[in-house]
Amino acid sequence: MPHPVINFIIKYKGYIFSLLGLVILLYILSLLGFNPLALIETGLLAMTPLALAAIGESINERAGIVNIGLEGIFLITALAGVYGAEVALEAAKSPAWRPLVTMLSPGVIGLLFGTFIGAVIGFVFGIMSVYARANQIVAGTGLNIFALGLIQYLLMVLWAFPGIHIPPRQVLVPPIRTPYMNISGVTIFAILIAIIMHIILHKTPLGLIIKAAGEMPEALDVAGVRVDLVRIAACTFGGALTGLGGAFMPLAWFGGIVKEISAGRGFIALACLVSSGLEPLLSLAFAFIFGFAEGLAATVSVTPGVKEVVPYHLVHMIPYITTLVVVAIFIGKRRFPRALATPYTRE
Amino acid sequence: MWPRLKYALREVGLSLLAMGIGLGFGALLMVIYGYDPILAYKALFRGAFGDITEVAETLAFSIPLMLTGLTFAIGVKAGLFNIGAEGQVYLGAIGAVVFGGLLSLPHGIHVAIAVLGAMLFGALWSIGPALLKIYRGVHEVISTIMFNWIAYWFVMYLALHVLVDPNRSERTIPVAETARFGVLLKGSTLTGAIYVAIAFCLVVYLFLSLTKIGFELRLLGANPTAAQYAGVNPKKVIFLSFLIGGLAAGLAGGLQIIGRPPAWALYGTLGNVVGLGFAGIGVALIGRNNPIGVILAAIFYGALQHGGRYMEYEAGVCSELIGAISGLIIIALSVPEVVTLIRLRLKKWKVT
Repeated sequence: MPHPVINFIIKYKGYIFSLLGLVILLYILSLLGFNPLALIETGLLAMTPLALAAIGESINERAGIVNIGLEGIFLITALAGVYGAEVALEAAKSPAWRPLVTMLSPGVIGLLFGTFIGAVIGFVFGIMSVYARANQIVAGTGLNIFALGLIQYLLMVLWAFPGIHIPPRQVLVPPIRTPYMNISGVTIFAILIAIIMHIILHKTPLGLIIKAAGEMPEALDVAGVRVDLVRIAACTFGGALTGLGGAFMPLAWFGGIVKEISAGRGFIALACLVSSGLEPLLSLAFAFIFGFAEGLAATVSVTPGVKEVVPYHLVHMIPYITTLVVVAIFIGKRRFPRALATPYTRE
Repeated sequence: MWPRLKYALREVGLSLLAMGIGLGFGALLMVIYGYDPILAYKALFRGAFGDITEVAETLAFSIPLMLTGLTFAIGVKAGLFNIGAEGQVYLGAIGAVVFGGLLSLPHGIHVAIAVLGAMLFGALWSIGPALLKIYRGVHEVISTIMFNWIAYWFVMYLALHVLVDPNRSERTIPVAETARFGVLLKGSTLTGAIYVAIAFCLVVYLFLSLTKIGFELRLLGANPTAAQYAGVNPKKVIFLSFLIGGLAAGLAGGLQIIGRPPAWALYGTLGNVVGLGFAGIGVALIGRNNPIGVILAAIFYGALQHGGRYMEYEAGVCSELIGAISGLIIIALSVPEVVTLIRLRLKKWKVT
């Protein structure tokens, strides 16, 4: 009978080794003159949208719907978030709305509006996939291309400036200050939602229903559960979380919006969840790896002494290369729901 | 003969319907923000087909699009969702700059070398996702997008630091006079590059329909199980599909440099090649993944892109709306069964 501590180590060796690796990496980086806490801070910021989208998408893929339009949802909801926050700031001038806006702050209203728009897109996507039997990969690609054009069009019609918009500082969501580093409330929410979703998926009847909708919809149907509703609900939820991630980027991270704000993050989020095998907690871990790579790239490209040596353009390749390497290593062991991307019809 | 014709008509009908839906929703987006869609679409049409110069310009816009459309189409034929054309276009463009700008050769040969160089660079960039797919099972949607972004930063680096024009730091060295295609119609940017692009599409069409490996490729896409029983080697076919796609996309990027006045160089922002790969997805889907259909769809797309600029001048509608419209067309094309579903519903309704 081995000792419980040894048992624990054997069971969670992957996590423990990863953590050890991170500590060693941080130590080496600190010897090179980087501030490890600052690296973790930017890593957590970059992790947040990836984690939210990956967790949301892992729920709707579990239910049998693939939405590769995460990039498009990011773009649209980033814009919606800024727009919602600015409208809220404007509304605060009238006495009728002021209590509500001051209670929530315009930034939070922007985040909520982004989440709402994300949910709407997810809902429409769900309806199209379930009732119109859309080819989900094609529809998702269409969503991405639509968003790419729409964000440029809307930046022009809403703020009359091509490709970029910097909102006033009052609409931004300030981070929570701790003695060591700043952390955004949304980041904490993302971590909590990963844990909650893990519990729901693996410990509750609801999780069983979601998984059955993706693995064996006919069995779920026989058990008297509406497959169509489960799938649409899951897709709406996935869209909502992705929308929160999209609104997070301009409001709590960059402080502004550019036309290519998501920069492939929707696809990096997809990489997170396929590497994790649709596990929310593992998705969070992968999101941190990719976020850390991105944070490292961002830090390297502005660090004096380093930025002169390493070309700025090449540093930007780091997150994408990391993603490719990590996916190539982890994907081999994963399996995906049997009815993924297949519309369900009763015989 | 008749069933084939009926099938073809149905395909064309679906594409037209989707185009109508896309333009309709586009009009809605204009109305919401206070623009006049009729004025805008009139300007678009007149801009794209108003006179012979405009038609030539529309064709010039369609050259790279038919090639990137082909990249996506041949992927779909083999059962892949290869959206890596975007990055391969960048590489093709830099390939054309390397072979067209650094060498000095007699005219005909230099054009050919630059074209082949561009295709080679595009094809090399497609090998990465192909190998990841074959040996690690990494889905091509993820790997090709990552390769696109790596290409974006890598080519930008090359354009601004390695191949930069010493006199104009915002772009690469221009390609030599000897490596340029001649302009076909004065006042337009249409060059002989269009012959190369159309010829490439036709060669791929013949390859798919006449050769054994072309048949294997189509079989793998249509029915992987049957292909396995027929002894098709999926690894070989997938690799080939990526490679041909890379050649086409590389050619698209190269022709933007050596076949498109007035720059004859790659801008550091990648402004003259960016977005072509993603537009190709729409082109392929509207062209129903058929090389001939892709040529026609590319002309439609070229008309949208070229006419879109007139829409901006005359109706004030930001031309980026064209991108959104093409996304809407793709979304509409993702539900081809909807027509059938509605017909079934109607039949049921009539019976009861």
